[in-house]
Amino acid sequence: MISDYFGFAVGNLFHRRLRSWLTIIGIFIGIAAVVALVSLSQGMQDAIGNIFASLGSDRVLITPKGMTGPPGTETTSSRLYVTDLDVVKKTKGVKEAAGYLSRILPAKFGSQTKYPLVAGLPTDAGLSVFTSLGQFATVEGRMLKSGDKYKVIVGYQLAKETGGTFKKPVTIGKSVYINGYKFEVIGIRKPIGSAMFDTQVIIPLETMREITGIQNELSTINAMANAGASPNALADAIKKDLRKSRGLKEGNEDFDAQTSEQLRQLVSSIIGIIQAVIIGIAAISLLVGGIGIMNTMYTAVLERTNEIGIMKAIGAKNSDVLLIFVIESGMLGLVGGLLGVGTGVALSKTVEFVAYLIWQTPLISANFPWWLILGALGFSFSIGTISGIWPAYQASKMQPVKALRYE
Amino acid sequence: MKKNHTVIKLSDVWKIYKMGEINVNALSGLDLDVQHGEFIAIMGPSGSGKSTAMNLVGCLDLPSKGNIWLEDKNIAHMHESSLAQIRGRKIGFVFQKFNLLGTLTALENVMLPMIFQGASAEKRKKRATELLSLVGLGDRINHKPSEMSGGQQQRVAIARALANDPEVILADEPTGNLDSKSGDIIINFLKDLHEKENKTIIVVTHDQNIAEHAEKIYHLRDGKILSIEKGRKHKR
Repeated sequence: MISDYFGFAVGNLFHRRLRSWLTIIGIFIGIAAVVALVSLSQGMQDAIGNIFASLGSDRVLITPKGMTGPPGTETTSSRLYVTDLDVVKKTKGVKEAAGYLSRILPAKFGSQTKYPLVAGLPTDAGLSVFTSLGQFATVEGRMLKSGDKYKVIVGYQLAKETGGTFKKPVTIGKSVYINGYKFEVIGIRKPIGSAMFDTQVIIPLETMREITGIQNELSTINAMANAGASPNALADAIKKDLRKSRGLKEGNEDFDAQTSEQLRQLVSSIIGIIQAVIIGIAAISLLVGGIGIMNTMYTAVLERTNEIGIMKAIGAKNSDVLLIFVIESGMLGLVGGLLGVGTGVALSKTVEFVAYLIWQTPLISANFPWWLILGALGFSFSIGTISGIWPAYQASKMQPVKALRYE
Repeated sequence: MKKNHTVIKLSDVWKIYKMGEINVNALSGLDLDVQHGEFIAIMGPSGSGKSTAMNLVGCLDLPSKGNIWLEDKNIAHMHESSLAQIRGRKIGFVFQKFNLLGTLTALENVMLPMIFQGASAEKRKKRATELLSLVGLGDRINHKPSEMSGGQQQRVAIARALANDPEVILADEPTGNLDSKSGDIIINFLKDLHEKENKTIIVVTHDQNIAEHAEKIYHLRDGKILSIEKGRKHKR
């Protein structure tokens, strides 16, 4: 019986094709927007998760407090020093720790000058703290090694030919002038998927101090936990030791010591807020779409008053009439949802593709978790159904005699 | 089958409509007793209450006062959904305007009353096809009403009225929108149903020629039965 009612619904929607489509568009736009935007922000969240995973799950990152941008662009007056690294190294539970210094510096290649983020990495034993993370692998040439001076490893995005930082590709053996000093390109980093890392250049820390004159300071300290130790507990231990050495009280730290998991959660929660705002805006459009369905169903009920009378005369109960109209309006929602999901998927996949063509970044990618697809379909069907309940109830309550007389 | 049991009985039925301040009596104490297998006609000028009477006999409306028995059930105070079930099973309607659903094919229109009674898809299709063949439309089962003539549409309506094998066929001006030739075909169908299937036929009409086919003609005036006469064209 229910399947017959679905048949009626499809027949009626086809019978009033233009109006059905216009109504469906009202739902379709909202669902397409939700699916496209949520899948992209979900993709971004997953990609950022991967980047933080590449920072190492056993790591604690120590940075000056209030760091709002990439290392080297901080606006706070607090600094980290080599002495802090010594404290961190001595903290119980730390297997190895190292720090790097980074600044934005002019880099001249050919006749062009650009301002990449330059990171000075240690070439002593501390180098392994960084190179043991996958993100420091090279696609060409090699990474820094002990004894290197005035050598540079450039980011993938910075080096590449089309869409790169410079007009000409930066290749192994070429010279780049950083802060006026000549450096030899010895390696090109593999793409990470973040503009920050992919346009970065890496030079030895000692050389960095020579060309900038900045002694003793470090931008970030990276501490590796002993195998099996909890990074969160280690972060607390490091905080405690650093507070002591810097003479600070708890709660007044001028530095942060966070695990990559904590950082990932922070970014996740920011994306979560953005997602909630997007869904909120889309919900308004869906509400409007729902009102569109309600309007269409009212018109349909009025238009088919005579039909309702006939159905009642030949034995349709109130509940049959109610069901017929509710299913019809649910179908309006569901068709809108199906088209919306299809369009949303196509839209976000297009954005992903275009973004990859332009930036080669996996950061803008579309992920479609099952809850998004099923949720969108279920929600659109529910909107249709709920919008149809009141018109359908009105239809079901019609008196057969009056309905039959209606012209 | 014998004719000695009452199918529909109206006793002292009143239908009062409120028109602003005044009460209008559409029916004022109507008594009617329809026996099983009877063919009756209800006649009367407009305003005589014949439409109201037909709505009450067809369980489409409830009386303001009085009782209506359908077989042994008093339907005067029944709930609309129970009435719908009774209508669907016991009464087949044939309307002046055919009242087919325009979005459905002839076959689907005939199957509709069976859907509301919960018949299986297979059974519905079989019976609807048989009924459409019976009314001479076996080759048009997949046509929509808009693709058929008035006479054909009314035959689909008769097939639909028979779908649940009801005891009573209630026809409201069944030939009103038809030319005389198509009208004759419809009347002959109703007569056949009466004679061969022993169905109870109630025709509401203002056309004396149609009424003459009935066994009994009830003349209505001012919401009451004025007179009862025998149909001259009725044989049996």
